[in-house]
Amino acid sequence: MSGGSFYQRDRTWHPPAFTPGYKTSVTRSPQKALIALDNTLSEMTGPVFGHDMIGELDNDLIRNFAKDGEPIGQRIIVHGRVLDEDGRGVPGALVEFWQANGGGRYRHKKETYLAPLDPNFGGCGRTITADDGSYRFRTIKPGPYPWPNGVNDWRPAHIHFSIFGLGFAQRLITQMYFEGDPLIWQCPIVATIPDRAAVERLVAPLDMANTVPMDARAYKFDIVLRGRRSTMFENRMEGN
Amino acid sequence: MVQSLDRLKESASQTAGPYVHIGCTPNYCGIEGVYAEDLGKHMVDADTKGERIRIVGRVFDGVGTPLKDALVEIWQADADGLYPSPGETRGKADPNFSGFGRSPGDMATGEFVFETIKPGKVPFKDGRLQAPHVTLWIVARGINIGLHTRMYFGDEAAANEADPILSRIEHRSRVPTLIAARSEENGVPTYRHDISLQGENETIFFDI
Repeated sequence: MSGGSFYQRDRTWHPPAFTPGYKTSVTRSPQKALIALDNTLSEMTGPVFGHDMIGELDNDLIRNFAKDGEPIGQRIIVHGRVLDEDGRGVPGALVEFWQANGGGRYRHKKETYLAPLDPNFGGCGRTITADDGSYRFRTIKPGPYPWPNGVNDWRPAHIHFSIFGLGFAQRLITQMYFEGDPLIWQCPIVATIPDRAAVERLVAPLDMANTVPMDARAYKFDIVLRGRRSTMFENRMEGN
Repeated sequence: MVQSLDRLKESASQTAGPYVHIGCTPNYCGIEGVYAEDLGKHMVDADTKGERIRIVGRVFDGVGTPLKDALVEIWQADADGLYPSPGETRGKADPNFSGFGRSPGDMATGEFVFETIKPGKVPFKDGRLQAPHVTLWIVARGINIGLHTRMYFGDEAAANEADPILSRIEHRSRVPTLIAARSEENGVPTYRHDISLQGENETIFFDI
């Protein structure tokens, strides 16, 4: 995993900055071209967080905010691997996630949706990937919710993910969607991604093999971060 | 036909949305008791080497309105120019410095704040020294993919002049968008660094 600069980002695969169907992007998108910068140490290095930072319940959203009971909703396990573009697991990666409750309501001061808060649900969690890049957490399946974009736009059920790789150039925030949700294909935020294949990669399939009978269903969500070139030091190849 | 390279595609980015604080700075938005402290809040402690400084600023949209829901992260070297990262091969960085900071914009004013130290110089690929700088990453509602930029220091004119990245920017009138002026605020050396997402004084963003 150590080595040289990261593979160039394919910006035809990612959403462009200006996507007028998602209205807020209109005034928040740079109009000038990005300036290409072949990675220096400032981009190839990045913070790494130790497992000792993670509390026992950090990856259990069913219990980490529970007051006098457990949250209401469909109990699910979300698991997968953080990989690089060469298919190698990324160990030690901090993965943070946040979401609305079972009724589509976020616990945030600026949120005004009329669906109620769940007194036993906070909506945040985090974990650090294992040696093979795997991670997992337990939560409630979030509900869809309306938002003021078009007059009648609804977000599909989704979980936000923030991932740190080993270099700051790998920094990524994305969203996970759920298999079979018809709202995915109507959502202006999903539609900022130009390529349907790229969207499909953000849709987590139901994973019956990892369910807990009479307890929780499971969804599998793999995340791919940028890969990196090998560096040559004298005659020795590094990074392969 | 040829063989497939069998590479995976990077997961596509999506906006962090207006409630990014729930996941990234939950204590700041009122979700207390889950994490002891929000990540990236403290970069230094009493033993950190280097000059204590404060970096403050706001992020403006194309209408000149400050964002009140942006999340800004910074990554920087220690006072000797070493990164506290496994990718740092030149020596061991200051163990009392995190190098990483995360600040939610104030919900009323949009102002982000970092209490940090002034970084040392880090070499460019060819061995020339880069001027001291901080790497910033900005996400928010309406930003589909995180924006990378840098902040350089206004009191490092000679180093900035020789910086291998600043010196090759074609449109010289845009270079000042990366340089923060130094002032003294409440007895602390402070660098004010506003970021403009769009328009006439648009900040330079990098494809890194």
